[in-house]
Amino acid sequence: MEKVLLKNVGKPDSHRIDTYLAGGGYEALKKALRMDTEDIIQMVKDSGLMGRGGAGFPTGLKWSFIPKDPTLQKYLCCNADEGEPGTFKDRSIIEHDPHLLLEGMAISCYAIGADTAYIYIRGEFAFGARRLEEAIAEAYQKGYLGKDILGSGFSLNIHVHRGFGAYICGEETALLESIEGCRGQPRKKPPFPALSGLYGKPTVINNVETLACVPTIISRGAEWFASIGPEKSPGPKIFGVSGHVNRPGLYELPMGTPLREIVYEHAGGIRNGRRLKAVIPGGVSAPLLTEEQIDISMDFDTLAHEGSMLGSGGVIVMDDTTCMVKAAYIINRFFSHESCGKCTPCREGTTWMTSILKRLEYGEGRPGDVELLEGLCGNIFGRTFCPLGDGAVMALRGALRNFRQEFVYHAENGRCMV
Amino acid sequence: MLSEKVKEEIRGLFKKYRTKRSACMAAMQAVQREVGHLTEEDMREVAEMLGINPVRVHEVGAFYTMYNVQRPVGRYHIQVCTNLSCSLLGAEHIVNVIERRLGIKVGQTTPDNKFTLSTVQCLGSCGTAPMMQINDDYHEDLTEERVVEILDGLE
Repeated sequence: MEKVLLKNVGKPDSHRIDTYLAGGGYEALKKALRMDTEDIIQMVKDSGLMGRGGAGFPTGLKWSFIPKDPTLQKYLCCNADEGEPGTFKDRSIIEHDPHLLLEGMAISCYAIGADTAYIYIRGEFAFGARRLEEAIAEAYQKGYLGKDILGSGFSLNIHVHRGFGAYICGEETALLESIEGCRGQPRKKPPFPALSGLYGKPTVINNVETLACVPTIISRGAEWFASIGPEKSPGPKIFGVSGHVNRPGLYELPMGTPLREIVYEHAGGIRNGRRLKAVIPGGVSAPLLTEEQIDISMDFDTLAHEGSMLGSGGVIVMDDTTCMVKAAYIINRFFSHESCGKCTPCREGTTWMTSILKRLEYGEGRPGDVELLEGLCGNIFGRTFCPLGDGAVMALRGALRNFRQEFVYHAENGRCMV
Repeated sequence: MLSEKVKEEIRGLFKKYRTKRSACMAAMQAVQREVGHLTEEDMREVAEMLGINPVRVHEVGAFYTMYNVQRPVGRYHIQVCTNLSCSLLGAEHIVNVIERRLGIKVGQTTPDNKFTLSTVQCLGSCGTAPMMQINDDYHEDLTEERVVEILDGLE
């Protein structure tokens, strides 16, 4: 497949505006600025683009919820708080092709009528934040940002806002709280950000990869984009493969590429001639799949139908030396560490799950611990404001469903069977 | 006390946002960049500049893990990712190597205040695991030899 999202990655000085312009960069923005904003939104709808941050919400539809009243202040926030373990795609775009993101943002802002946008980048990406600041400065200088862009009358300012260590800020309303200078705790919805978002104004929040798809949709057309991959969730997709594979890394492939092909062909198969035990298809919140389940199309619908999810497309591969109790402990420790503390079931529940998994892992498990874990799952799932608690439950349930005997063995024998 | 330079930087942040409070995170980052950590007094001054109650600054400092609130760290803050992808490829061993080399445990600082060692959650570098961050810089595809080389190379 012709690369769209990673096409510039690897070119010398790929982050500079001159490189970007030489490859036809900012032509899509020029085209968009001559279009009617409604037509742009319709085009994005027709393309079938679905949010690449994890939830897979149709992007054009999200934009269409923004009120049309031109006197209202509106905002675009780019979610660059990439933190779902196993995910490292947005960082690559930010560091190596920041103008692709900025162009996507400029088109989006024009379409929804926003004159101010923020890029919320996680604090650890200090290098990425610098790259963005430099790219923004270049874009201002060349007239692709700022006042009256390319004589269109449309003005836009983009600011970088750095997070500082909080996974939860990838949740869109927590992200807004964080830009407002508060603790990143999710808000109650409704109202949804499209009506009352940043500073109570209509706001669109889109992931980096989502926005990076936009210039291509404008330049190549909705039909072209929709022709890639499955009809229901089309387009190019970056899969990040990590863990026990020969060639970990980023692979831009059509949405719907079979998971087996990603693991065995693109990522070169399992290291050291070992056997595959389990694969997490879309960041640690996504329930794992076993060897028998990987002949599956990597798209939002198919994975949801099979009880997992595409999430961020972060594929974590585990070979047969992996102890699933330990993996579950590591995953849960993450969720309890990152729980923002707002909802009791998540704050207390993930903490308890972690301590039970820890004692199972360290040979101090008790009979009935597995049932206790299942009970906790039931008391967290669906009882919180945001999906963090649900993510912890889905991950653990996935492990218990497929490897229950390992957890029971730990509880009964105080050691690992792997 | 906040330096004039930091105060100037904080005032410069105000034009980015609709409210002064929005500058809270970046203001605290500016202070930490200069001082290395956040003191009670500095946070009170930030609150004053933003026109908000000091508790609002405190709660931000307590919520986000990268703020070193009243917790001085060494000149080099080593943060090793111990999430899943890095653990699968030996993050525990990397932590052990560093502990042995520096003679400290996770959460400690060397007596000469040169190194602080922490373990952290996913840093978004899973394809190049295992990895660690030292101050702002990522070090990826780590091996035991590489870690020792990096540590020994720091002034």
